[in-house]
Amino acid sequence: MNATDRMIGRLTSGERQAALILCGLTALSGAALGLAGRNDVVGWHGLLMLLFAGGFGFLLMTRLDMAEPTEDRGASYYDDPIKAGIVLAMAWAVFGMFMGVWVAAQLAWPDLHFDNGWSTFGRLRPTHTTGVIFGFGGNALIATSFHVVQRTSRARLAGQVSPWFVLLGYNLFCLLAVTGYLLGITQSKEYAEAEWYADLWLVVVWVTYFVLYLRTIARRREPHIYVANWYFMAFIVVVAILHIVNNLALPISWGHAKSYTIWPGVQDAMVQWWYGHNAVAFFLTAGFLGMLYYYLPVRAQRPIFSYRLSILSFWGITFFYMWAGSHHLHYTALPHWVQTLGMTFSVMLLVPSWASAGNALLTLNGAWHRVRDDATLRFMMAAAVFYGLSTFEGSFLAIRPVNALSHYTDWTVGHVHAGALGWVALITFGSLYTLVPTLWKRERMYSAALVEVHFWLSIAGTLIYVFAMWNSGIIQGLMWRTYTEDGALAYSFVDSLVAMYPYYIARAFGGLLFLIGAVVGCYNMWMTVRAVPQATSRTGDQPVAAAVPGE
Amino acid sequence: MFDISHETLVAFSKSWGLFYLMGFFLCVVVYAFWPSNRKRFDRAKTSILERDDKPWQ
Repeated sequence: MNATDRMIGRLTSGERQAALILCGLTALSGAALGLAGRNDVVGWHGLLMLLFAGGFGFLLMTRLDMAEPTEDRGASYYDDPIKAGIVLAMAWAVFGMFMGVWVAAQLAWPDLHFDNGWSTFGRLRPTHTTGVIFGFGGNALIATSFHVVQRTSRARLAGQVSPWFVLLGYNLFCLLAVTGYLLGITQSKEYAEAEWYADLWLVVVWVTYFVLYLRTIARRREPHIYVANWYFMAFIVVVAILHIVNNLALPISWGHAKSYTIWPGVQDAMVQWWYGHNAVAFFLTAGFLGMLYYYLPVRAQRPIFSYRLSILSFWGITFFYMWAGSHHLHYTALPHWVQTLGMTFSVMLLVPSWASAGNALLTLNGAWHRVRDDATLRFMMAAAVFYGLSTFEGSFLAIRPVNALSHYTDWTVGHVHAGALGWVALITFGSLYTLVPTLWKRERMYSAALVEVHFWLSIAGTLIYVFAMWNSGIIQGLMWRTYTEDGALAYSFVDSLVAMYPYYIARAFGGLLFLIGAVVGCYNMWMTVRAVPQATSRTGDQPVAAAVPGE
Repeated sequence: MFDISHETLVAFSKSWGLFYLMGFFLCVVVYAFWPSNRKRFDRAKTSILERDDKPWQ
């Protein structure tokens, strides 16, 4: 029996039929899109939807007559979609980081586009951002949210088919997005490049995700909703709102990929950066704080330092972030007071951000020997440190006069990667190294030494990357604002480009180290499932020390 | 339809926008520090460390 048999065998025949109908409907939508768009590049995406849904439909159809499941489902958690989500997250991590290294290398050596249209910088760059943010981050968030909500609610997921619809439907969206960029399909909105039909599909998937999460919470046996769930719920709700408002657009026809946004000019810019910055806040922060508030205490076997502080920082983040987006539009046509508003809230954000980072580090206070010995816990500790550093940097860069120097330079890129590599990716790897042995019921990870290798590759890669971008960004900013005695610019743009060359090489090298770390992580997880013996008790791979009160 | 000018809207958001944020912040602080909630929060933060891995029925 292979994994597909086992996973489909856990569905009743009624559920298999329901899943088959969902596949059929998706395939039909794909066929309709393909027919309507047969004269446009969107026809390929119709075909992709048809093949994707048809493939899963085939898997189900050949297994419709399998025996009904006999287990008592209420007595166990539903872990199959979580396992699939982890595999998908790691696969996207390798893809997305590889694309990142490739585009970074193109900046140093432009010949690496090999004279193809599809492999030029403009098309590859969004495959990197979508691959790592939505492919890697999104799948990790879906998987860990399914795990955390069940464990903290003491209830099984409220559905057998819907978790699969959410996970696989979400991955179909990622595939449509990434293949679209290579084909030249984009609506040119940062972190929202996918076109109208993919956006509509994501709305359906995301609303299902929200309903599933709420219904699971409604089933809870534990009266109090643990704070990690609040963060995951804020992530799901706000991303739904952001996605819908920012992608309000009219396609030029049902059979054409191109659409036009309904917001004109500066309003469009404001809506886009309200979306863009809140995507950082609620996609790349809130959900990952959910991971931090669950996996860090569990791994350290210590309760969070202050639960009250976690509540205060939750509401602080939720309310302040909403207003910060306009700091992306300093010195533009946006009204001055709106820029000032964004700047003020960005500075205020430092309070709840540092409250979370401090709460995490104080939880570990008194268990530093465990941080020293356990690379998994160290991943999470380093993530909290980078979270504190990059939120400080973010508040600083949002101040208008500072932004005058940093905007449009590599400093911004360095800041984003301090957050994305140092915070988001490190907390994810720490969480996954905690989760994988628990979920597959293994005694431990295959190799603690390889976790250690992954940790140091990640740290070295992040530091090289961020220091290279700080240097190049500040040099760029200074060169662009240096005037001669006659009041002319002292350097041409090309002069600043030549000065960047060594930093671009260093950046690509830092990214390469980070990518190698992720590949090592994939191998270690694969071997854990393959070669590590089953844990006799389910408490395997947890420190044996008893819980110590933290406050 | 009401005729709301730009100035009216800005004046409204600059006054009430601030008040409701502060009001909301006060509510959250009261909730977080309300004495009878202490027990619930203490239980919540240790509850995730319990070892059984089964739903409660």
